[in-house]
Amino acid sequence: MSEQPYRTWQCLGCGWIYDEAEGWPEEGIPPGTRWEDIPDDWCCPDCQMAKSDFEMVEITRA
Amino acid sequence: MVMTVAADVEVRGSGAADGEWKDPKRYLWLLGLLVPAIPFGAWGLVNLTGLDLFWWFGLIAIFVIFPFFDWFFGEDPTNPPESAMKRLENDRFYMWANLLYIPIQYASLIVGCAILVRDSMSVIDRIGFATTIGAVGGIAIAAAHEMGHRKEKVEVFLAKVTLAQTGYGHFVAEHNRGHHVRVATPEDPASARMGESFYRFLPRTVFGGLRSCWQLEKKRLARQGKGPISLRNDMIQGWLATAALFGALCLAFGIELLPYLILQAVLGFMMLEVVNYLEHYGLLRQKLPSGRYERTTPAHSWNSNRVASNVLLYNLQRHSDHHANPGRRYQMLRHFPEAPQLPAGYATMILRALVPPWWFRVMDKRLLEHYDGDITRCNVHPAKREKLMARYGAAAAR
Repeated sequence: MSEQPYRTWQCLGCGWIYDEAEGWPEEGIPPGTRWEDIPDDWCCPDCQMAKSDFEMVEITRA
Repeated sequence: MVMTVAADVEVRGSGAADGEWKDPKRYLWLLGLLVPAIPFGAWGLVNLTGLDLFWWFGLIAIFVIFPFFDWFFGEDPTNPPESAMKRLENDRFYMWANLLYIPIQYASLIVGCAILVRDSMSVIDRIGFATTIGAVGGIAIAAAHEMGHRKEKVEVFLAKVTLAQTGYGHFVAEHNRGHHVRVATPEDPASARMGESFYRFLPRTVFGGLRSCWQLEKKRLARQGKGPISLRNDMIQGWLATAALFGALCLAFGIELLPYLILQAVLGFMMLEVVNYLEHYGLLRQKLPSGRYERTTPAHSWNSNRVASNVLLYNLQRHSDHHANPGRRYQMLRHFPEAPQLPAGYATMILRALVPPWWFRVMDKRLLEHYDGDITRCNVHPAKREKLMARYGAAAAR
């Protein structure tokens, strides 16, 4: 089964990027955690915008 | 994580028989639309009374009338329950109560300029009337603050239209992506420090905000492979909008208008900055081992719940909820009584901020109480650190 590519999500408030490949380990979200698997009441670590106020964006990976 | 505070929130307001919550403040928001009409009020009062004093009606409103209303009309009893949030968000009435600020603001600006250049106006009258127009531009920034936080691109665009009057078009980018990210840290130009007077804070926030916005826009454009000198740069857009507005007004009414346009813009953004000053004074987020700051919680803003200032400023006083939920429209914001409280409404606290010894006497004690007397937990102005440690440091040592 081929893995779906990891996606990146941007906060509509402040522009903070969540990269599924990296996760957010400092708050217990391991690398590879898909957006759907993050709790709905989670919010942007930088500006507290709600999870529902993120949008998927294309990021060119280095 | 401080997300679910609904349980703590008191539900008040006349409930209908089916339990549907009714907003007691719904039609009060329309009173806020009287603010941009203040220049018309000034003109009317001058003609009615023959007193040139009323050219200064804007400052009279800010320094006398609004603080009186704060005292007279008391606390805001509205606190929408979680069950009403969806309905409130989708009720377009509130959006219009916000957006309609703009046509009234620009009508009073244009008519105001026409009046200001008349030969019958003395220089003193003109300065007074310019401050009245500036007061409207300043409170316009509160209206623009609301619009600039929305996801809808049209509303964000209208925020920039509103800000053209005060030359503060960069406010949307800097506020959303700078202030909201760095709030209550020494790195935020718009978060005041303990011991820092408003007059010390003012150049730091004005120039720091400009510098920060330039950096944010430079980075954002670089990610798109573009340089900072671009029409897509929010700051450049803002400057061009203000230049176009001032240019058009001077073409219409004469170049002698320009110094007054500058005066009203400066007064306008000074009003915004004095509100910034009192919103986070001395509050500090702790640094985590990772080097990042802790998440922003309701403990990181100063609040008030005086209904008059709420109505004038689109619930801006409910500042903790705003930082906890920056995507929430103003009509949904709730009062958090357990969060830091100012001793009076924003309109009244502005007066105190302008007299630093009075401000420090009232607020330093309140700030320390919030931190159980431990001054090391405050965001302290470095130049005053030694003096403040000497005065308050003993408590921390206990």
